[in-house]
Order: sequence, then C-alpha cells, then structure tokens
Amino acid sequence: MSVAVREAPVVVPDAPAAVNDFAINVATANGSGSQTSNGVLLRALFKMGIPINGKNLFPSNIQGLPTWYIIRLSKDGFLARREMTDIQVCMNGRTVAEDMERVVPGGIVIYDDSLPVANNRKDVTYYAMPVKDLVKEAGLPHALRDYVANMVYVGVLAELLGIEPAEIEAALLHHFEGKEKAAGLNMAMVERAIEWTSGHDMRNESYRVERMTGFNEGKILVDGNTAGALGALAGGLSLASWYPITPSSSLAESIEKYAPALRTDPDTDKATVAVIQAEDELSAIGMVVGAGWTGARAMTCTSGPGISLMSEFAGLAYFAEVPAVIWDIQRMGPSTGLPTRTSQGDIHASYYLGHGDTRHVVLFPANPAECFEFGRVAFDLAEELQTLVFVLSDLDLGMNMHISEPFEYSDAPFRRGKVLSAEDLEERQGSWGRYMDVDGDGVAYRTLPGTRHNMAAYFTRGTGHNEYGYYSERPEDWEQNLERLKRKFETARQMVPPPILDEVDGADVGIISLGSNHDGVEEARARLAATGLTTNYLRLRALPIDESVRSFIDRNKTVFVIEANSDGQLHSILTTEEPAQALKLVSMAKCDGLPLSARYIAEQVRKALEEELI
Amino acid sequence: MSTRTRTDAAARRAARPAKTNRIGLEKTSYRGRPSTLCKGCGHDSISQRIVNAAWEMGLDQTQVVKLSGIGCSSKTPAYYLGWSHGFNSLHGRMPSVATGAIIANASLEVIGVSGDGDTASIGIGQFKHAVRRNLPLIYIVENNGVYGLTKGQFSATADEGQFLKYQGVNDLPPLDICMEALTANATFVARSFAGDMKQLEALLKAAMNHRGIAVLDIISPCVTFNNHDTSTKSYGFGRANEIRLHDLSFVPEFEEIQIEEYEDEIEVELHDGGSIILKKIDPDHDPKDRTAAYNVIQQSLDEQKLITGLLYINEEEPTFTELLDLTDTPLTHLPDEKLRPSREALEGVMATLA
Repeated sequence: MSVAVREAPVVVPDAPAAVNDFAINVATANGSGSQTSNGVLLRALFKMGIPINGKNLFPSNIQGLPTWYIIRLSKDGFLARREMTDIQVCMNGRTVAEDMERVVPGGIVIYDDSLPVANNRKDVTYYAMPVKDLVKEAGLPHALRDYVANMVYVGVLAELLGIEPAEIEAALLHHFEGKEKAAGLNMAMVERAIEWTSGHDMRNESYRVERMTGFNEGKILVDGNTAGALGALAGGLSLASWYPITPSSSLAESIEKYAPALRTDPDTDKATVAVIQAEDELSAIGMVVGAGWTGARAMTCTSGPGISLMSEFAGLAYFAEVPAVIWDIQRMGPSTGLPTRTSQGDIHASYYLGHGDTRHVVLFPANPAECFEFGRVAFDLAEELQTLVFVLSDLDLGMNMHISEPFEYSDAPFRRGKVLSAEDLEERQGSWGRYMDVDGDGVAYRTLPGTRHNMAAYFTRGTGHNEYGYYSERPEDWEQNLERLKRKFETARQMVPPPILDEVDGADVGIISLGSNHDGVEEARARLAATGLTTNYLRLRALPIDESVRSFIDRNKTVFVIEANSDGQLHSILTTEEPAQALKLVSMAKCDGLPLSARYIAEQVRKALEEELI
Repeated sequence: MSTRTRTDAAARRAARPAKTNRIGLEKTSYRGRPSTLCKGCGHDSISQRIVNAAWEMGLDQTQVVKLSGIGCSSKTPAYYLGWSHGFNSLHGRMPSVATGAIIANASLEVIGVSGDGDTASIGIGQFKHAVRRNLPLIYIVENNGVYGLTKGQFSATADEGQFLKYQGVNDLPPLDICMEALTANATFVARSFAGDMKQLEALLKAAMNHRGIAVLDIISPCVTFNNHDTSTKSYGFGRANEIRLHDLSFVPEFEEIQIEEYEDEIEVELHDGGSIILKKIDPDHDPKDRTAAYNVIQQSLDEQKLITGLLYINEEEPTFTELLDLTDTPLTHLPDEKLRPSREALEGVMATLA
C-alpha cells in the first residue's frame, strides 16, 4: 500500500467509548451511488438490534450536488436528527470545509485520500481511505468500479466500529432482492476494505457498535411513503392518480410496485386497482373526484405546488360533497421552494384550500405505522363525511427510513358512509334529497351513478343548490346549505383520530406538536425532564380539533406549539379556534429545511420560560 | 279557441297508445329539467337530439352518466336524461372527472358535454389527454366560437377576422376541434351542425356504440352573441355552407339493415354492435383513412366550408380501460374482500420490510 494513513494527534476523550450512541454523517456527491451503501449500513445496524434512523439530505439535482446521509444510533431509542456529527465520512471534496464544522471534538473523520482534506483540526482523528487503490485491488470489472467505490467506507466503518460483516452481507442481499452476483461484487469490496482497515493501526477508542436487544425485535424498517401506499392498498384504494413531484412520487411508485402482489383478484387474475400518471395535478385530482363521486376509493399524492393547483377541485369536493383523499408529502415552500427539504408548511393551505368558506379534514401521521393506518382511515372519513380528506406527511417521514411497528392487518368492513341502494330508494318510495340533513349530523345521503332505480339520479354541481341538488340562488337555500356544512364539520371533530396525550403529574408546561416532529419533541422532553422541567405533550393527529385540545390547553399554564414552518400555522389555527386561551399558546416555529432537533426544541422551551420569568 | 285546440290535442294524445321504445319507455322519460338557455340556442337542439338518440337506442338511463365543465353548453346535462346522474364540474376539467368515473365503473355509458371555451381554451390539455387515452367516452363539443355565459368574448375557435360587438376583430387563427382530436389520435371524429337533426342523431347513436373516445364537434350557433351570418358558427352560415361528406344512417344491432335504401354506400361496423351506413356524396372520403380525414378538415378550413359527417373512425385501438386490465366487475361493485389484500399477501410484503 503506497498511501499512508495520515493521522492528526489523537485526542482521547475522558469519557468511555460511546456504544450505540452517536451519529455518522456521510457526505457524497449526488448520483454517486451512495444510496446503496448508506441503506446497507443502516439496515445492518438495524439488524444488530440498534435503534437507528437514517436521514437523507439530498439536493434537487440528479448528479453532482452534495448529499449527506446521517445515521443516528441511540441505544435509548432517541431518533431525531442530531445537529452534530461524531463520525464524518468525506467522499465529496466540495463540502469538506462545512463538513468539518459539524464534527464534535473527539470525533473521527474518514476521507477519500484523493480529496483535499486539510487535517487542520487538532481535536479530531483523521483517517484517509485509499479508495481508488482499494477499488483497483478488488479486481472488479471497470464498468462497475464507480458503483462499488462507496462500499469502501462501509468496510472501513464496519471494521472501525464493529459492524458485523454478516449483517452487511445480509443487507446487501436484501438490497439487491436476493441477486447474489450483485450482492457478492459489493461484498467483495466491503471485505477488501475491512481487511485493509484491520491491517492499519486505526485506533478508535471512542465509538463502538454492539449487538443489542430490547428495541428492534418484531419491528420493521420502512419509509412513510411505502407505509402510506400499503395502507391505501389495504384500505380499499381503487384509483390512484398522480403527477410526479418530489417528495411524493415514491408514494405513487410504491402503490404501483405493490399493487400486483396485493391487489390482483385471485379469481380472475385481473387488477382491482388502477394507478394512473396524469398529465398534471389538476387532472390527477379531477380523476379522484370523478371516481369518488362514482363510489370508488380514490386518492392522489402530491406536494405543495400540487395542492396549489388542486385548489379549485378541493373546493368542489367540499361543496359538492364528494369523497376524495389527497396525500401531501410536504416540502419547503413558498413557491418551488426547496423541493428536497422537509417542512410542515402546508397546514394552513390544506386546512382552508379553496376559495369561499372552505375547510377540510386534515390528518397528521407521525410515523410509518400511522401512515399505514391513515391510508385506510382517510378513505373511511372521506366516505363517511362525503368530503375531501388531506393526509399531511412530509419529506422526513415520507422518504427517510424509520423503525416502525409492523402494520396490522384488518378485515373490518370499510366504512362507506350513507349510500342509498335501489332497495333503499324503493322503501323510501323515491323520496330523498341529496343535500337533506335527515339525521341532524350534517351528512346527507347519496346515491351512486349506476344505481338501478329511476329516482336514484341527482345533479352534482359546484354552483348553489338546494336540498335536492337543484340550482338555486335563493339566499335561504345558500345559508341553509352552508349551515349544514358547518354541522358536518362539527361531526367531523368527533370522528377524526383523537390527539395522543402524555401528561406528567405536576407539570404545567404543555407542548402541542404534530407529525414527524414527534422524535424531536420526545427527546427534548427527556432532556428537559433530566434538568427538572417536566412537560405535558399533546400530539395532534387531525384537524379539526376536538374538545380534548381545549381541555389540554386549559390544564396548562403555557403551551408551546411546535411546528416546522416559519409562520406558526398550527399556532394560528389554534388561536383562531380557541380564542379564549390564545394568550397561553406560544408559537415555536422553525423552518430551515431540516427536521427539528431535540436540542433546538429543548433550548427554545427553556429560553422562553426563563425570559418569561425575568 | 286556442284553449279548445289544446284540449283536443291533449285528448287525441291521451287516446293514442303512447309510443314506447324497446325497453318500454316513452320519450318523455328521457327528458330533463326545463332549459334556461336563450330561446333558439343551438345547444337546446343538441339536447333534444341526445334525448331522441337515447330513446331510440333504448338506453337504460340509470347506467348513463353525463358530465360537463363550465359554460352554457355545460349547463345542458340538466336538460336531458333525467334518470341519469349528472355532474357539472369545473371549467375545462370534465375529461379528468369523466376519467375517474369511467375507471371506477367501466360499465357506465359516459357522455361528456363541453363547449369551445371549455375544450379549446382552458381545457385543451385535458381534452387532448382524454383523447390520447382513448377513453370510452362520448365527448360532445357544443361549438359556437364565443363565450356566452360571460357575455360575448371570443373563444379559441372563433374565426380569424371575425367581428364581435364588444371585442372588435379577432386577429388570431382558430383552433379546430376535429384537427386537434385527430392529432391526439382520436378513434372517432365527427363534425355536425345543431340544426341537422338527422345527421346529428345518427352520429350520436354511432358514438354510443363506439368503444373508445368519440369526439363530436357540433357547430351550435349562439343566438345572442355570435349569430352573424359572417360567422362560421351561425345558423345562416351553417344552413348555407354545410357540406355533408355522406348521407349518414346508424343502424343498431337490434334493427335489420335496410340495404335497399342506400346506393353506393359503405358500412362501418362498430364494436358494441350496430353499424354506420355512409351514403357517399364525396366518393373519395374513406372515414378509416386518417390522412384523408386531415385533408378534409384542412379543406374545410381553407375554403371556410362546414364539412360535416363522420371524418374518421378506428375501431381497432384498445381503450384505456382495456389497457388497465381491470376486473370485469366494475371496481365500484367489488366487495370489501376484493378491495384489500389477503392477510397472507400483506404478510408477504411485511416480511420484506422486517
């Protein structure tokens, strides 16, 4: 080996080695094939029983711009994004300077020896990897060398940290779906790197991984978009129409991927679900509305710019009362924003989407298991309430890999809502009004096109209509209809998934948050509790809010509303809907494209409380 | 005296056995609500032709849906087939709503009605993609070259050089609905005139039997904003300048073809039964020839003539629903257990995620 390992003076920290409790950051260039190596690392650690989370910070670009993959290991199960890095892998010369800023004192930097790494920090350990030489030595065909180069750092990390090679091999086989040749080529590279590392004196007293139990058993490793796709397929989906947009495309593509296995009719070998790539988002939601009106469970998935385009149809679905489901995998706005960075910036837009007085049911899944569950719940609610239902996920939940409870199979009947059959019409002797509030809950009865009864038909329109669906400009009809829609929204409050509460005896500081912030909030609460500040936590799972939100605010002196957007959108909705308690609600909104960290949340809460005391 | 006349007429009608179609219904059963369009509107004539065609074909209205966008034309689904579900959707977006309805329940007969603003301006994208997908859809464009409901603005099908009271002269060339349809690979392209009862009914019936998308561009004069004889979308122009490609009849499969009525005719058999009989006026036009169809449309644009009839038909192309390979049972009719995976199938997927 011609390339020597260059080492800076090693600063051995006083603390004992961190076992299963640190963060690895891999800096690569987009399109260099690091997805395979990072995914394999993550999965190998998962299979060793270590609580992990992988966050892919990628650019809106196909090739060349910088990408980071952050793997957090936490024996205690805290899986929010860590701001600092313990082990930095540098495979991209253009980001070395900024990568170095994130490394903790005592950390380790592993870099491709062809990169201009200056070794100028005295408090970290540098190891150079002779990537090119190792790839050459592995004796792989020329055409494949670029693809396996990233396996070098997998091997180095494995040897340095103690990741079991057998789990890396298993993860490679899983990644290549059992294709032994592809897995073998990559494993050969990993083994060569392990061998090289063990032959050099690369001391690492600071960080170790060890097989553990108690957390990952029985769990799965999955992204939220896959979970949502499976949930929809298990929840009666008949039509998914979509237009490609990051970060939602993988949801539609997962539906396409799993539909043949999950939704082929065994009796006829034909499909029971249609997936259509539409010409734009307007058409995608139009198809959903057409199918929902006809009686099928239909959804589309999109992101911010898509819901802007779907606005007019959202209003139509609300006012004509057509079941429809939109999954919004949120990314940074306004405008095109940062297409590959996460945010919760569409809370306002989705709750009120449409002109005139319009409001929609919005669900907030926080983890893959909830994405799966809401896949079906969204359809149940859309059909029972005859309205548009949003599922608001985000890029962090949707595209990153999370440890999850396995998804529970359910064969409970789908809740299809108030639909009159030909027999029902015969009983009623044809007397019914499409928009008549018979039951007092604001939800009227509908019939489906194709119902074989000559009184089944009604006329659906976005224009003013009376209880029978006839066009009407009478002020009384208009008011009556909107009053009924308000009643329906009150009914919705009781039907949506209720918040999850975690309250602590004696605590009077509350936190309200939602969605993928959960990991950060839980860790922040633990940090605060460790310093004597206990908090109550309400994780909102849907809008509109129910009575339990009011009473939660009531029970606390101060309530922080934590969300990943800039304007405090949930905070503004809560202050509007609970005006009497508005002064108790403190907005804590942050929007920088990254998932909220526990440090940020804990510090902000503490600072706000201290300032108030002063 | 007038009162007596009406009474007599009513008495005569009552005495006559009501004429019913092959499923035992009178024509009145196929009507809708009273029209609120201007008196003399071409659209109302088209609605009446739809009523006649549906009645004569003996359509089961409960298995028909009628959809539309926004505009005068899009109001008309309320005025015919009162036993059919109707959906007056959004401006230019009828095709996507129809697509969803068709996929949800492929056994329905779907009629989409649109106007020239709805199709050629705001909805040109959805129109062309619906055509490209060869949806099993009857796509009717009630084309008058003008925005009626917003009171007289030019549409994209307005003639170049045309004058309108509020807008002056139109400087832009028109989009031709049939040309656009043909370019997007339509499998049935026809043009007709709201005032041509016989031809329009024959085309509507043929469209009902066509398996893919049937685009009917129907020149339908706007009596309020665009009925100057100089406009190609006026009654006067239509009557004076209509050139029929063929004398056209449609014979449903339940009726015998009366061959002897026609001379020099060709017969086009349709997928769902029935055939169109074309009695040739222009012996050169073969409606299965795409190039010929382009030429006829171009000729009609060059000469400012209203060439009507079946311009193009192709019964070979698969429809969108056929390509999707869905269950024969419409998706809306499938029981819960067919709309979810088996426990084993889901467990199989879960195993790959563990």
